[in-house]
Amino acid sequence: MGTISVRDLGKAYKQYPTRSARLAEWLIPFSPPRHAQKWVLQGLNFEVKPGEAIGIIGMNGAGKSTLLKMITGTTEPTTGSVKVTGRIAALLELGMGFHPDFTGRQNAIMAGQLLGLSADDMRSLMPEIEAFAEIGDYIDQPVRVYSSGMQMRLAFSVATAKRPDILIVDEALSVGDNYFQHKSFDRIRAYNKLGTTLLIVSHDKGAVQGICDRAILLSGGSIAMQGSPETVMDYYNAMIAERDPANVQQVLGHDGNVQTISGTGEARVVKATLCDEDGKPVEVVKVGQALQVQVEVEAFADLPELVFGYQIKDRLGQPVFGTNTFHTKQLLQDLRTGQRVRFVLRFPANLGEGSYSVSFALHDAENHLAKSYEWRDRAIVFNVVIVGKDHFVGLAWLPSSIEVQRD
Amino acid sequence: MGILKTFWGYRGFILGSVQREFQANYKNSLLGAAWTVIRPLVMIIVYTVVFSQIMRSKLPGVESEFAYSIYLCAGVLTWTFFSEAVTRGQNVFIENANLLKKINFPRMCLPIIALTNALVNFVIIFALFTVFLLVTGAFPGKIFLALIPVLAIQVLLSAGLGLTLGVLNVFFRDVGQLSAIVLQFWFWATPIVYPINILPPFFQQLLSHNPMTHLMAAYQQILVNGQRPDWLSLWPITLIAVVLCITGARLFSKHAGEMVDEL
Repeated sequence: MGTISVRDLGKAYKQYPTRSARLAEWLIPFSPPRHAQKWVLQGLNFEVKPGEAIGIIGMNGAGKSTLLKMITGTTEPTTGSVKVTGRIAALLELGMGFHPDFTGRQNAIMAGQLLGLSADDMRSLMPEIEAFAEIGDYIDQPVRVYSSGMQMRLAFSVATAKRPDILIVDEALSVGDNYFQHKSFDRIRAYNKLGTTLLIVSHDKGAVQGICDRAILLSGGSIAMQGSPETVMDYYNAMIAERDPANVQQVLGHDGNVQTISGTGEARVVKATLCDEDGKPVEVVKVGQALQVQVEVEAFADLPELVFGYQIKDRLGQPVFGTNTFHTKQLLQDLRTGQRVRFVLRFPANLGEGSYSVSFALHDAENHLAKSYEWRDRAIVFNVVIVGKDHFVGLAWLPSSIEVQRD
Repeated sequence: MGILKTFWGYRGFILGSVQREFQANYKNSLLGAAWTVIRPLVMIIVYTVVFSQIMRSKLPGVESEFAYSIYLCAGVLTWTFFSEAVTRGQNVFIENANLLKKINFPRMCLPIIALTNALVNFVIIFALFTVFLLVTGAFPGKIFLALIPVLAIQVLLSAGLGLTLGVLNVFFRDVGQLSAIVLQFWFWATPIVYPINILPPFFQQLLSHNPMTHLMAAYQQILVNGQRPDWLSLWPITLIAVVLCITGARLFSKHAGEMVDEL
């Protein structure tokens, strides 16, 4: 129980040139196919053993969701096969099928039945679900009065009430509060220890490295690499770094924020890379890791004065740290058109777990308000994960200790 | 057999969904489920008052004062069930697109839920109508049981037609639009509001080719005249119902996989 076997798996969507082409194909006997096939996945082969934890990563459009749909069985493969043993629970769309006018309890029972559990099963699981969701009396209130976090809690508790043989986790879990996120991940880990096979799909690399035994990288509809999470992650980082700056801007937009670039354009950041201390590009950073940001600036006009500044912001856009070459007394003067300047910023990632961005500013005086050559928000985005350190919360890593005295 | 076992496993979901959809309509109203009764009750009263009291409409050949309103209800109530079942069936996959795309469950549950819902509404209305028959002394007696096979044919027909249209509607959305018009036209081309014998012979001849004419005539025969329906005349529609069920099931099994990609 709990195995997944994927053989030569491929999925193509049918594309008809006109609406009537499908009708013609259906109605005219022995008519040749009138559709083109758009392949989104091709030639996938992999095996998952019981109890394994597999991470599936890849950029948007790499085919992750389509692969999941075929594993859960909502979509049929065009070629090849997926063989699954055991009961699957998928945390893909938490709260699917909740009806706002019914109480949490009624919805929980319905949701469980939709997953193939009987009403009796659900009734006996109910106390456990209530206890795990921790939403108190709200369980008997209509779901429309729930906050989205509460809905998430209930939905997660229902979906994982009974230990499945295979658990598929999508980024659904990134919603909800920190406390419940940890609680739910604890449950996922515990199930994994008891033998549940895990399939974690994410483009957040932190989660994958934290929990998985193996990672599969999807790119352009096929497996680009599979192996240990670290190796695959490094490869993924390199793959992202290869892209030219013009494209990177779009890639950075994946979290829903658009990179904004403003200024006169008389000087521009032409290249910026986040690297570890050896100069290798990274995207996932360990707390406390020494980092360097290599920046290349080109002058597109003769400039009397150039100040370079950077700012590290958290995921909400709050500045965590920022400075510029005016404050560090490294003012550059008299740059000619076409001249390039290389800056290397070094700092330790003394940051808490989460996503951060780096913004750059090029201007002429103390700050960018007088004359801004370029202001580039979210030029680099990276994730910080806690590895090798005890868990902590907050934005900053303050090396600390707790002294305990007991009388 | 495998399919039946699957449905049995999901009986909780099917029954729960039927119950939920029924309750959802009245969840936030003061009178609650009473509305299910009030609407058809008002309809029956209006038909009775307007046609038998105000307009004094009489059915040719029948003496009872309520005959016309019983005639009307026999056709309208059953036709409403038919058209509700077909309409729900044709939209069931589109309305549940999200569920179909995200969760793997036996998809055949959805049309079953739709049909059962229409059936529940019908049973409530028809029970009321039966009470009305008893109260007015127009209850036809034992022959009432003859309604069961006639209704069975109708359920089979609605299921087959609903499923066929439901699958087609996913791929060709014109089907939904078109069928609404066809149902409307079909209603007036069936002797439900008017008795067939008021028509000129040519139209009587024409309407006898409409299979629904015979089905409705069977209801009217049982409820108005208290007589056995002409069973032989129901063969064509039974055959059509069976063919539609087979067509629907085949369309469904052939295109169920592709359906999710299209939604």
